[in-house]
Order: sequence, then C-alpha cells, then structure tokens
Amino acid sequence: MSKYLLNKFLYTVDRDPELVERYRAEPAAMVGWWEQEMANALLNCTSGEKSTWLSFTPDERDALCGHDHVKLFELGAHPFLTLTLFIAMFERDHGPLEYQKAYARAMDHLTLPYPDIAT
Amino acid sequence: MATVAAVIASTHHPFYYRASTSAGADRPPFADEWVAKIEAFRQTLTRAEPDVLLMVGSDHFHQLWLDNMPQFLVGKAPFFDGNFYNEEREFGLPRLFLAGEEDLAGHILRDGLDAGFDLAFSNELRIDHSVTCPIITLRPEADLPIVPVYTNIFAPPMPRPERFVQLGRTLRRLVESWPSDKRVAIIGTGHLSLELGGPRQFGPHGPDPEFDRKAVEWIANGDIDGCLAQVTLDSLHAPGNATHGFMDFMLMMGAAGDGVKADYTDSLDLFHTMEAYFTWYPQGGSR
Repeated sequence: MSKYLLNKFLYTVDRDPELVERYRAEPAAMVGWWEQEMANALLNCTSGEKSTWLSFTPDERDALCGHDHVKLFELGAHPFLTLTLFIAMFERDHGPLEYQKAYARAMDHLTLPYPDIAT
Repeated sequence: MATVAAVIASTHHPFYYRASTSAGADRPPFADEWVAKIEAFRQTLTRAEPDVLLMVGSDHFHQLWLDNMPQFLVGKAPFFDGNFYNEEREFGLPRLFLAGEEDLAGHILRDGLDAGFDLAFSNELRIDHSVTCPIITLRPEADLPIVPVYTNIFAPPMPRPERFVQLGRTLRRLVESWPSDKRVAIIGTGHLSLELGGPRQFGPHGPDPEFDRKAVEWIANGDIDGCLAQVTLDSLHAPGNATHGFMDFMLMMGAAGDGVKADYTDSLDLFHTMEAYFTWYPQGGSR
C-alpha cells in the first residue's frame, strides 16, 4: 500500500490542466499511462533520474480508475488533494456547492477516527 | 532595533476575493457583511503604519511536497510571485507580485537557527493563498515587502502545538532584535474547525461550533495555557480533519504574548467555516 504514491498521482495531476482533463475523460487509460511513465519520476529532477520501486496496489489502482473519492479517503489518500482535484473535474457539472455537498454526503457513513493519512 | 507595530491573526478564506468582487446575482447574500468586517479589520493594520510584513502561513501542497517536506521554512528572496494555477481555477484568485525583505529573512534564519529552530529556507518561493489571502484582505495594495514563514500543518508527522507557540515567541523576539528602524507587522493565518474532503465539509457552519467558540476565547484572551491544556495533535482531529491549521493561530498567540488580550477581535459565522480576526498592538498602536 502506498499512500505516498496515491498522493503523488493526485498532486501531479491537479497541478497540470491537461492531465486534469485526461483524468476526467479517460481515467483508466490515464492512470495506466501515469503509473507507467510518471509514478517513478523524481519531481525535482529533469535529467531522467527515476526511482525504481513505486507502484499502486490493485485497490489503489481501482479507486483511481473508478474516480472513487470515498475509497481514496478510506485508503488514506490526503483528503485535500483528492477534494481539490475532484472539484476541478466535476464541479463544472453542478450548481454552486452542489458537488461539494454531494461529495460529503457520499461519505456520511464514515466516523471518527478517520483513516490515517500519515505517509 | 525594529518595532513590532502589530500582531495580527486571521483565517484565510480563499472565497473572500470572489465573494467581495462579485456583483448582481453572483454576489452571495453574506458578501456585504463580510466585506464590512474585512474593511474594519484592514484598518487595524493600516493604523499600525507598518513598513514590513512578516507573513506566517502554510503551503497547501503547491511548491512544498512529500519528497522533501520542511516543518518550518523561511522565504528569503528579493521577490515573491503569488498564487498557483489551481487557486485561480478553484477560487478565482489573482496572481500577485510582492517584494521580499531579505535582510529580515536572513536575520530570522541566522538567529532562529541559533535559537534552536532548524529552519529550512527557500530562495525562490511562490506563495500560495495562505499568504496572499491576508494580503488581499489586509493590504490589497500589496506594496510592502514581506518575509514569508511556512509551517507544516498539513502533512503528518507535524510539530506539536507547543512547538508552534514556541516559534511564535521566537519570531517575536527575532523581529525585536532585528537591527533596523522599520516597523514590522507579524501576520499569521490559519483555521478554526475545518473539514476538507470528509463527510463534515461544506456544512451550514464550521464542523465544530463549540471548538470555534472556545478557540476565539483562547485567542482573544491570549490564553496559551488554557489552549495548550486542551489542544494536542490527536485532539485536533475531532473538530474537523483540517483543523491542524489552528496551530498557526497558536503560533500567533505565542507572538502576541502569554496572557495578552487582543486589542481587536471579530468573527463571522459563514457556511463551511467560522472566520476570525484578531489584532494586538504591542506598542499601543500607531507611531
């Protein structure tokens, strides 16, 4: 399980307008591409230096491919990263604050303590 | 030595800019009251006649990331660009450009290291809405040089609340020992109870109004002991999953001083969060 890698996906996609649109339109293809090409990229290196050991678990991959923000929360992804990216993708399809409220309602069954987000 | 012209603690609601600049059907019903409160709050800084702003905030995974995460970081650069693409996208925030006060930043780094805080530093820092929101609310001219100080309230493991209070006390002493005749306002922003990305987000008010009531009382009274007796890293999960941002208010309580009551206190119960505004005048106000 790699909360860090889930967060890295959310972080790198959220900051790139093109990746936000690709993830909205074709999540499975985009997640596959990202895991292959980006998961091991050292973000502060432009020379092609890469890590060699990062990959998603099947649960993590499924949650990302399914746009399943509740599952991402349960897996311990950072809630701020998930929320920000999902607002970017889906707020446009709803009225003011409708999406944010529905996002909360989908998690109504969750109680404290929430999953640990420490990485 | 430099003078601490004001100590100011505030929430940093990223929706203020859009709410205050919208008109007609887009203008939310609470906008007028919010703007009136912000304009009154702004006067508390204007009246202090500052030359330099020491700005305490927290990067929201914009430039700082989990592959290299500082706990406390000082920005030392001649200039700072402000706000990121995703803040424009979600909040409609404008890009800002601010001058830096490198001499004060260097003093804080050198003497802060010697005082027991292993401060990280950045010579090229793009500041996010934790710093730009208080510029927009308190000094929209954006005409004063700043020293940004970032804290980690976001990515566990974090420093404990006591450490934030200690850093606030230390920053106050460091400003007062800066060899300069400048007037420095120490401004820091955080949150009261807040939930982001969880089931309690975007409710009709903050997720824990009782915590908010107590928090405003602690801050307004400078009740550091009372606050520390009830607030721990673990306890901050209960009022809302993003409530660790309250530790930046605790830092500001340290900067304002033990038992020192705020000279100005205001709050506003909004959807999603309670807004809160505090100003102290260590020297009794304007020069």
